[in-house]
Amino acid sequence: METVGGHHPPQTGLSVAFDMPTLYGYDTDEPEAKGEFGTCGVAVSSLEDMRLLFRGIDVGEVSTSMTINSPASVIWAMYLVAAEERGIAPSKLRGTIQNDILKEYQAQKEWIFPPEPSMRLVVDTFEFGSKHAPQWNTISISGYHIREAGSTAGQELAFTLANGMEYVRWGIDRGLEVDDFAPRLSFFFNAHNDLFEELAKYRAARRIWAREMRDTFDAKNPRSWLLRFHAQTAGVSLTAQQPEINIVRTTIQALAAVLGGTQSLHTNAYDEAYQVPNEAAARIALRTQQILAHESGVANTVDPLGGSYFLESLTDELEEEAYGYFDRIQELGGVIPAIRKGFFQQEIANSAYRYQREIEDKERVIVGVNDFVVDEQPELEPLRVSEASLKAQVERLRRIRRTRDAKKHARSLDQLRKGCEGDANTMPLILDAVRAKATLGEIIDVMRETFGVWEEPLLY
Amino acid sequence: MIPIAKKIRVLIAKPGLDGHDRGAKVVARALRDAGMEVIYTGLRQTPEDIVEAAIQEDVDAIGLSCLSGAHMTLFPEVVKLLKKRKSGDILVAGGGIIPEEDVPKLKKAGIKVVFGPGTPLRDIVAFFETAGKGA
Repeated sequence: METVGGHHPPQTGLSVAFDMPTLYGYDTDEPEAKGEFGTCGVAVSSLEDMRLLFRGIDVGEVSTSMTINSPASVIWAMYLVAAEERGIAPSKLRGTIQNDILKEYQAQKEWIFPPEPSMRLVVDTFEFGSKHAPQWNTISISGYHIREAGSTAGQELAFTLANGMEYVRWGIDRGLEVDDFAPRLSFFFNAHNDLFEELAKYRAARRIWAREMRDTFDAKNPRSWLLRFHAQTAGVSLTAQQPEINIVRTTIQALAAVLGGTQSLHTNAYDEAYQVPNEAAARIALRTQQILAHESGVANTVDPLGGSYFLESLTDELEEEAYGYFDRIQELGGVIPAIRKGFFQQEIANSAYRYQREIEDKERVIVGVNDFVVDEQPELEPLRVSEASLKAQVERLRRIRRTRDAKKHARSLDQLRKGCEGDANTMPLILDAVRAKATLGEIIDVMRETFGVWEEPLLY
Repeated sequence: MIPIAKKIRVLIAKPGLDGHDRGAKVVARALRDAGMEVIYTGLRQTPEDIVEAAIQEDVDAIGLSCLSGAHMTLFPEVVKLLKKRKSGDILVAGGGIIPEEDVPKLKKAGIKVVFGPGTPLRDIVAFFETAGKGA
C-alpha cells in the first residue's frame, strides 16, 4: 500500500494485517483456529510462512508495518530471521510493529498474557531495537482501536497518551536512557467524523507529549519530544447502508488527519462495513489520498489552521480533558491497576452506548442510517478464503514439524522457557527458537505456560 | 394483557477469537435497559462454553456476535449443540459483519434472525421480547 505524508513525497511501504489465530498466537492447525483461517488477514504460523509472504520483496528497501500485538516479538523475530537469511542485518530494516499491549486490554482485546509479563515483552523489544534495529519503530501507541471500540475523541487522546507515558516509565525502569528509545515511539490515531474535533485532538496530543517528555521524563533530545503519528479513517463510521457515500465520509476524515499533521495515512475502502475490501474499492481509497496530496494543496502548510480561535479553544479543551483523565488514572494507581479495575473498558462501553442511543434518538444524524434512508440492498462481492489454501498451510506446518532438527528445536524452547522464568531479554531467545523452526504457537505456548493468561473483568 | 411472570433472560455471547465487543456490549445494555436479565459471556467462547452457559443460566434466548468472518462455522454449531442437549427451544440470534448471501444458510441452520451493521436497537429489543412470549 502506498502512504502519503503531510510533507513528504509519496513512498512505498507495506502493511500486513494478520488473521485472528495469528493475533492470538495460535498456529493454523490448532483447534482454537477453527473457522478463522485467513478471514481477517494473513496467517503466519512459521518462519516459512514469513518467507513466503515476502517472497520477491526487497525487505532492505521497503518499510513494513505489522499490525500485531500480543505475539509481536515473535512475529518480528520471524521477519528479522527471514531478512537475516537473505543477508540483511536488522540495522538495515525499516518498519513498525504495533506492539501496543495496553490498548488491547482496554479496547481491541487481542490479549494473551497478563499485563506485567506482556509489558516486559514490549520493553524487551525496545531494548533490543535500540541496540540492533535503530530504524525500526518498536511500538505504535494506538488510540485508533480505543476510538473504534466506542470512546470519544477526548478519551482516545487521554488513554493513548497515558499508555504512551506508561511505556516510557517501563523503559526507564528497565534502565534504558529515555533518549535511546523515545525517538522510536510512534503513535496511531483515528480520524473520525467531526473535522475540527479531530484536528484539535492531534494538536493537543503533540502539545502534551512534547511537554511531558521534556519536563516529566527529562528527555534532552528534541526527537524524543516529537509525537509522530499515523492516522486511519474511522472504520466504525462506515455504513452498510448506501456504502458509496462512505467515500465522502472517508475524504473528510482524511482531510482532518492531513490538516492535523499526520505523518502517514490510511484511508478505508467504502465497502469495509461488509468485508475485506475488493480491489476497486481499495483503489478509490488510495486515490482519495492522492487527490488530497496532489490536487488539494492541503499538505503544503504546517498546522494551517493554527490561530483559529475555535480550533485553539477546542485544542485547550481537549488538553484539559486529557489531564483530568491522567489524574483519575493516577488515583486508581496507574494504567495497569485501572485496567484491572475495568476503568478504561467501562468508560469506553459507556461512550459506545451513549453514541448508539444518540443515533436511536436521532440526536445524531448518520446519513443513510437514521435519516435520508433509501430502501435498496447494495450488491457487493464478498471475499472468501479457499479451502485449498487452508489445506496447503496445514500441510506446510506438518512438514516443518516432521523435518526440522528436533533436538535443536527442543533446546531452543527450553532456553526460551528458562529466559522467561528469569529476567533475560527474551528477544535473542525468540530469535533462536525461530531459527530452530519453532512455530508461533509453540513459542507462545511456552510463554503461556510461564506467564499465565489474562482474564478480563466482565462488564458491559 | 397478561402480565409476564418472569423477566426474559438472554445470553449475549462472543464465539471464537473475535475481539470486537462494542456491538455485543451495546446490545447487552439495551436489552437490560428494556428490562431483561442479561448475561454476558465475555470473549473467546467456544460453542460448547456458550451452550453450557445458556443451560446453566436457563436463558430464553442467545445473541451471538461475530465480526471476524467465522460465523458460518460457529453459529450453526451452537444450534446443533443446543438440540443435542435438548434445549432447541432457546432462540438463537446472530449479529456482526455477515454477508447477505450467508443469511439464508444461517436461517436454515436454525439461527432465527441475523442483525447486520446499522440495525436499530429497538428492532433487536423487539426480537428478544418475542423470546418471552412462549414462557
